[in-house]
Amino acid sequence: MTTQDIPKMSWWNRLAHPGKFLSWTRPLIGPLAGVTAVLMLVGLWFAFFNSPADYQMGDTVRIMYVHVPTAWLSQFVYAAMAVSALGTLVWRHPLADVSMKAAAPLGAAFTAMALFTGSMWGRPTWGTFWEWDGRMTSTLILLFIYLGIVALWRAFDDQLRAARVVAVFTLVGAVNVPIIKFSVDWWSTLHQPASVFRADGPTMPGSLLTPLFVMFFGFTMLFVTLQLLAMHTEIRRRRLVTLERRAARGDTA
Amino acid sequence: MSGFIGVLRRELRLGLSGGGEVLTLVLFFIIVGAIVPFAVGPDQALLARIAPGIIWIAAFLAMLLGLDRLFRPDRDDGTLALYRLADMSMAGVVAAKVIAHWLTAALPLMLASPFLAMILAMDGPTFGRTLLSLGLGTPALAAFGALGAAVTVAIRGGGLLAPILIAPLCVPVLIFGVGAIAPLGGPDQASSAMLFLAALSLMALALSPFAAALAIDWGEE
Repeated sequence: MTTQDIPKMSWWNRLAHPGKFLSWTRPLIGPLAGVTAVLMLVGLWFAFFNSPADYQMGDTVRIMYVHVPTAWLSQFVYAAMAVSALGTLVWRHPLADVSMKAAAPLGAAFTAMALFTGSMWGRPTWGTFWEWDGRMTSTLILLFIYLGIVALWRAFDDQLRAARVVAVFTLVGAVNVPIIKFSVDWWSTLHQPASVFRADGPTMPGSLLTPLFVMFFGFTMLFVTLQLLAMHTEIRRRRLVTLERRAARGDTA
Repeated sequence: MSGFIGVLRRELRLGLSGGGEVLTLVLFFIIVGAIVPFAVGPDQALLARIAPGIIWIAAFLAMLLGLDRLFRPDRDDGTLALYRLADMSMAGVVAAKVIAHWLTAALPLMLASPFLAMILAMDGPTFGRTLLSLGLGTPALAAFGALGAAVTVAIRGGGLLAPILIAPLCVPVLIFGVGAIAPLGGPDQASSAMLFLAALSLMALALSPFAAALAIDWGEE
């Protein structure tokens, strides 16, 4: 086969080649971290100094600025993981494996943060750290699923094999999460209904919404930055394993 | 089709003959149920109120406990590799195994449940509903369980991992299973829970063999 016969790589494959991915995303990490820091600082400034206390909940309403973004990320990260799992199953792309593996602990961390801030908020407003309410329960179960996926990743020696098996489980989980959510809502409900994204507009005043949205983007950018960093780490770790194997074989090339 | 029946018969013969694993599972189920009164006290009224939940938890744990024997012995003695080479889709093999697993793990529990109902002071109609909801819900547990066993079969010592992975996915089964027995909001809600339970079981039975077969195929190659 001459070089002319090799099909040209599409732009997508060029971007997603692990080595190329490392080189074109490395310059992005610094600016992304900067944007995250600025958004977080502005959001926190708004949250602490430039937003009113709620007339019922008082200053505890400020917990919302951390609670709502992390709760959103707990679901967004799962969606990102499910898309990566599709990438693994359909195209068997190594970068999809890496992205799926990097996202799992991040998702678990954001879910745990959402639960923690939620219980901190629940204590003064509802009078209890924990209540078996629909949304809290489904978030807790989501945390268990994340932790199960992390445990599954760690149980395999061979990461290529692990990726496909975890991808199957992740997609089954993605089908199941709405069912779990529905069943738990059917079972018990105390948490307030959605109040930001509604057909008739948000029910919150703008003074609360501004810091919420800034923090929302701040946390999302935080996830993107951490995800890229974790993917870099994982790619390097795999390279290291390959090099070690090669060295163990006595292959100097 | 003959392959499907062959796998089914092999599984049933292995499950029922000699090993006594069915008896162990039934014993585990009964002991879990019988231990609860020691923990919560022998109050008849309280026991009768929580009895459906106890029976469901005992059945749930017993079925999770039996997961490891679903694929691991076959993998260890090479049968799984032969199945993968066989002129029959892996999903068919898994479906036969799920049915055999239900027959050897869930059905004996249902047959043993009158004993638990008696010592937990359940009344007749409640027990009837419990039996019905177990019958409708355990196929979903078996199907999800097959998925968990398939995902962890390639892992050395993955026996404990399957229950951890599967338990969160089985939460809806428990919710609707117990909801179908002890109506919270009147009889209407109980019958809708029963229908949801049946829907869950049908869906899980239809889809999980394919997912489990995929996990086995890709975990083995």
